[in-house]
Amino acid sequence: MLLIHCPYCEEARPEVEFAYGGEAHIARPVDPSTYSDEQWEEFLYIRSNPRGRHHERWRHAHGCGRFFNAVRDTVTDVFETTYKAGEARK
Amino acid sequence: MTTMKRFSGFNLIGEAFRSHQGWPEHWPDKAPKASYDAIIVGAGGHGLGAAYYLAKKYGITNVALIEKGWLGGGNTGRNTTIIRSNYLYDESAHLYDHAVKLWDGLSQELNYNIMYSKRGVLMLAHNVHDVQSFKRHIHANRLNGVDNEWLTPEECKAYCPPLDISPRTRHPVLGGALQRRGGTARHDSVAWGYARAASALGVDIIQNCAVTGIRRGADGAIEGVETERGFIASRRVGVSAAGSTSLVMKMAGLDFPLESYPLQALVSEPVKPIFPCVVMSNTVHAYMSQSDKGELVIGAGTDQYTSYSQRGAFHIVEHTLAAICEIFPIFTRMRMLRTWGGIVDVTPDRSPILGKTPVKGLYVNCGWGTGGFKATPGAGDLLAYTMAHDEPHKINAPYNLDRFRNGRLIDEAAAAAVAH
Ligand SMILES: Cc1cc2nc3c(=O)[nH]c(=O)nc-3n(C[C@H](O)[C@H](O)[C@H](O)COP(=O)(O)OP(=O)(O)OC[C@H]3O[C@@H](n4cnc5c(N)ncnc54)[C@H](O)[C@@H]3O)c2cc1C
Ligand SMILES: [Zn+2]
Repeated sequence: MLLIHCPYCEEARPEVEFAYGGEAHIARPVDPSTYSDEQWEEFLYIRSNPRGRHHERWRHAHGCGRFFNAVRDTVTDVFETTYKAGEARK
Repeated sequence: MTTMKRFSGFNLIGEAFRSHQGWPEHWPDKAPKASYDAIIVGAGGHGLGAAYYLAKKYGITNVALIEKGWLGGGNTGRNTTIIRSNYLYDESAHLYDHAVKLWDGLSQELNYNIMYSKRGVLMLAHNVHDVQSFKRHIHANRLNGVDNEWLTPEECKAYCPPLDISPRTRHPVLGGALQRRGGTARHDSVAWGYARAASALGVDIIQNCAVTGIRRGADGAIEGVETERGFIASRRVGVSAAGSTSLVMKMAGLDFPLESYPLQALVSEPVKPIFPCVVMSNTVHAYMSQSDKGELVIGAGTDQYTSYSQRGAFHIVEHTLAAICEIFPIFTRMRMLRTWGGIVDVTPDRSPILGKTPVKGLYVNCGWGTGGFKATPGAGDLLAYTMAHDEPHKINAPYNLDRFRNGRLIDEAAAAAVAH
């Protein structure tokens, strides 16, 4: 089980308190009606799925309830950092 | 070509007189040649099957199968071996039943005992939604000629005696869907049987040789693959790399609709035969069968996050065992021997991708996620067909990449919430 540092609660808590939210920094379409099929495919389905540094969202579901972002290594599962939603990509 | 000595009663007796010294190796380890008519990346069951059927059915014998580790060491050697084909949608029923038909007779075809055992797969319904959804599956399956039948709780108990069907349990059994042709096969034997038969037909199996790059020509078409042992040329490359598919596709400049998750399984200490079939419970997330060695083979769920670590979290295992103990109280004192994980490649609609790619000469078989062992012979055959004809077979035509653009998803996940 992972230990995850919530940047709001400023505490490392066990993974079971958190819900994974998928890849981070995927911007919602600003003007959806202008989106082509290719752009929808990219937004909805294409994921970077890297081996190594992964930017991802987590939600402290059984804590403060808030979304935040994290950088985790997908080979070792070690978290490099976690940061609040809205902050620039680390 | 290598000479394969057939397994037969006659040869067995003959060998018994010379201490079994005359059996040749199952397949020789090959060094790569400079070029091939076709290359398969990934020697899991699917890649091995594709190499075999390319040589056997589609007449392409100058084939290299390139594997970064040892053959069958990926998900093929890590899964809980459940085989069934009672999927909801027409496309899925055709795809998975194609494989189940090939499982029948595969031991004879490969001259290798893959221990396909049609012991039946029983899926338990624990709530009204399960009952309705399973009955819908049963009706859809009947229309597709796929066997699947409804059992009452008492009939479930008769089919699988260790089951607790008393109404007071936390997960009451309201009935079950039974596919009698479903069952298990011995995963390692499947890999070894295909490897032996493919190499006898001239396929070069090259292990411990990761593909590190994909070379494309000025026109964009495939020219070959870079590997740890140098460049190997081919105008036809099929990628069957399961959890690593995103990484291999990136080498060709393609971004894929895939995410890789750890999935775990575990086995108990071996005991005498007690568990006659396969039981799956999607609602409480537990799957179980008993291996021929006597171990209870138990499948757990995926972790919530993507990873290439090949190990999952302990609380996932704990959750599964809690459910097993609840449904089968008889096993509460069994000791577990080993747990392990594999990395499964999951698509947005939980159906595989099997066909051509935007790159000429590059083919892909991936996205089988948590449930592709059952499809091994079918996926191998269809990948081989697609590579040989440069066109998908009508069974795998719906499993194209375009569906994520045009919206024709095959959404088995929403239909069933079924993991295997
Ligand atoms: C714990 C667990 C339980 C499961 N239970 C079931 C079940 O009960 N029923 C079921 O139907 N399915 C099950 N599955 C899913 C099933 O195992 C897979 O869908 C199936 O085995 C995939 O087969 P494959 O040949 O495509 O993949 P693999 O066997 O994983 O083969 C892919 C191969 O590609 C190789 N490779 C990767 N990258 C490269 C590279 N760059 N160069 C060269 N080679 C490379 C890998 O080393 C690997 O050997 C389970 C999976 C797991 C992990
Ligand atoms: Zn918090």
